[in-house]
Amino acid sequence: MQKVLLIIQREYLTRVRKKSFIIMIFVVPGLILAMGGVITLVSKNSDQINTEQTVKVVDESGIFKGKFHDVPKIKFQTSTQSLKETKASTSADSLLTLYIPANYSAKPNSVQIFSKKKPPFKLTGEIEKQMNDIAVNTSLMEHHIDTAYMRTLKSNISLNAVEITDSGDKDANVGANVAVGIACAILIYMSLFIYGAQVMRGVIEEKTNRIIEVIISSVKPFQLMLGKIIGVGLVGLTQFAAWIILSVVSTKVLGQAFHAPQGSMMSFLAVLQTIPFGYILGCFIFYFLSGYLLYSALFAAVGSAVDSETETQQFMFPITLPLLFTYILSVSILFQAPDSPLAVWLSMIPFTAPVAMMVRIPFHVPGWQLAISMSLMVVGFLGTTYVAARIYRVGVLMYGKKASFKEIIKWFFYKE
Amino acid sequence: MLSIRNIVKQYAGHTALSDVSLEVESGKIFGLLGPNGAGKTSLIRIINQITAPDSGEVIFNGERLNQSHIEQIGYLPEERGLYKKMEIGEQMIYLARLKGLSRDEARRRLKFWFEKLGMETWWKMKIEELSKGMQQKAQFVATVLHEPKLIILDEPFSGFDPVNAEIIKEEILELNRQGATILFSTHRMETVEELCDSIALIHKSHKILDGKVKNIRNSYRNETYLIEYSGPRVDFDESQPFTVDSEKSEEEGTYIVRIKLKEGFNSNNVLQYLIPRVRVNMLQEVIPSMNEIFIEKVNLIP
Repeated sequence: MQKVLLIIQREYLTRVRKKSFIIMIFVVPGLILAMGGVITLVSKNSDQINTEQTVKVVDESGIFKGKFHDVPKIKFQTSTQSLKETKASTSADSLLTLYIPANYSAKPNSVQIFSKKKPPFKLTGEIEKQMNDIAVNTSLMEHHIDTAYMRTLKSNISLNAVEITDSGDKDANVGANVAVGIACAILIYMSLFIYGAQVMRGVIEEKTNRIIEVIISSVKPFQLMLGKIIGVGLVGLTQFAAWIILSVVSTKVLGQAFHAPQGSMMSFLAVLQTIPFGYILGCFIFYFLSGYLLYSALFAAVGSAVDSETETQQFMFPITLPLLFTYILSVSILFQAPDSPLAVWLSMIPFTAPVAMMVRIPFHVPGWQLAISMSLMVVGFLGTTYVAARIYRVGVLMYGKKASFKEIIKWFFYKE
Repeated sequence: MLSIRNIVKQYAGHTALSDVSLEVESGKIFGLLGPNGAGKTSLIRIINQITAPDSGEVIFNGERLNQSHIEQIGYLPEERGLYKKMEIGEQMIYLARLKGLSRDEARRRLKFWFEKLGMETWWKMKIEELSKGMQQKAQFVATVLHEPKLIILDEPFSGFDPVNAEIIKEEILELNRQGATILFSTHRMETVEELCDSIALIHKSHKILDGKVKNIRNSYRNETYLIEYSGPRVDFDESQPFTVDSEKSEEEGTYIVRIKLKEGFNSNNVLQYLIPRVRVNMLQEVIPSMNEIFIEKVNLIP
């Protein structure tokens, strides 16, 4: 046991001390920081109707005269001057000219808005909405349709709209949950590969360096394999912990730097706060660890069977196939049908569960399913570790022998 | 010290060791000989508990070999290797700690060895920065750092230049004088004669010869002598007490003859025969070298 600790210590320290590890720790939160910055900047720009905007309406058709109503931050004025004169008078940033030609309905794109700066989307949207309302009302009147009856119809419609916005609010929440679920699935998928490959590379390194014989004259192959897997796994956890801490800190710093609580940034954070982070983080750590133990054991077995990294291809493919398959399904289909039989089965099979279950987690997976999936994960990694250890103990001592699947199966059945 | 009893080891398709038994005496230097692929490395791996035999047992100091003996064994494998990117000092300490030494003890002993072998400046260096010979030296230190009672060296001199090979040989002899038992495998027969007290010859998974070097060589004496004489060339016929194997003359008036005694005669009879006729410069018994024995034994088995 003491020797396993020693091996864990070496595997951990040599990796954590590497420059690439330290760089990675700072690069990822840096990217998150940059992304947050971009979001804040974008939201700042789209939120431009902070200052009062005055729209001078030049209405040659006469249909819209006086029918625009002011909304917060947008004021409408009917201009009595000609288009040219009005345009000349709206040279300030907050002044705009809306031009409606006489035959606007014949040429749908003939309505124009003039301003010094590109008008914000919110403003043009508001104008379009009001114009459409006015135009529809006018048309109804022209065709002698009972506007009172229409109003009842319309109130129905707007009732619907309220419902939609209501659930839309909720939607945004689920959306964030799904995003976090998918992000976790992608993170697990990538880290299984990254840290699994690190284990494999470590095994190949020891084998090609020939130090393996020195070490397994001191410890059992299984102890070495276990020490390496745990050591690299701890490196992964350290990396995640550093990322989470740095991300939280950098988001805080970012909030400070932009000082004023920006609307959408805050609402973005508010949405994040509705996510059950403890639950998701707990599941993430469990599925990362169990999935990592399951796959890294297989990666270690592959590493022991080859003499160089280029030979790993033929073994890597079948191992990574279920993971790749689930990953592609997860980000395309599974999150839309989280309770479909396919999703449920994939989240039960240990080889695919780490990715598939993470996608399902935001949709309130039944407790018994989670329990079965987690128990199967434990059984799964114990199983692969047993199989891998049997292959590993023979493989690491085989030099210059081209391993085939048949060969590896034979190794499994070797006695001590 | 080490008693290997009826070891059988089979790999899929071939037998690496069949019923091999040997005794390694405590405090001696034991040579394990044999052509490539004979099973030497398989046997060494079994002693190191890297693999286990299919049947048979290994007794270490009276106990059946087990994990607790690992710390008393030092192993230098034929294929040398250390972590390329790890600092040498740190690496040596790590390997020693895997053998059960404490960190401080390992550091202290490492200092001693580095000073002894002129490696003080290597602490912070990485293996990949060293020459091949230097790497070997470092690995030798790693093998003996935990002061094992049994040191197993697989081809210890391969890869050393003559100067460093001599240094390592001296170190091996000194460790042996301090009480360590040495077991090493080699193809180099001259080192066997120089260093080994006993040997075992393994060929095609069988032990075909073992015993003390002196006894083995004596048992291969076959009454052959080399004679050098000056004077007129003697024409040998059937009357002398020996038969002539070969005869040559390297310079005018001096002849070297290789002879084999006839039944019932000894070297004195040869001298008695020659002295009246010529001046005898040398009479030497030809004892086969380990190399000759090795080749002869190996060739006997198809």
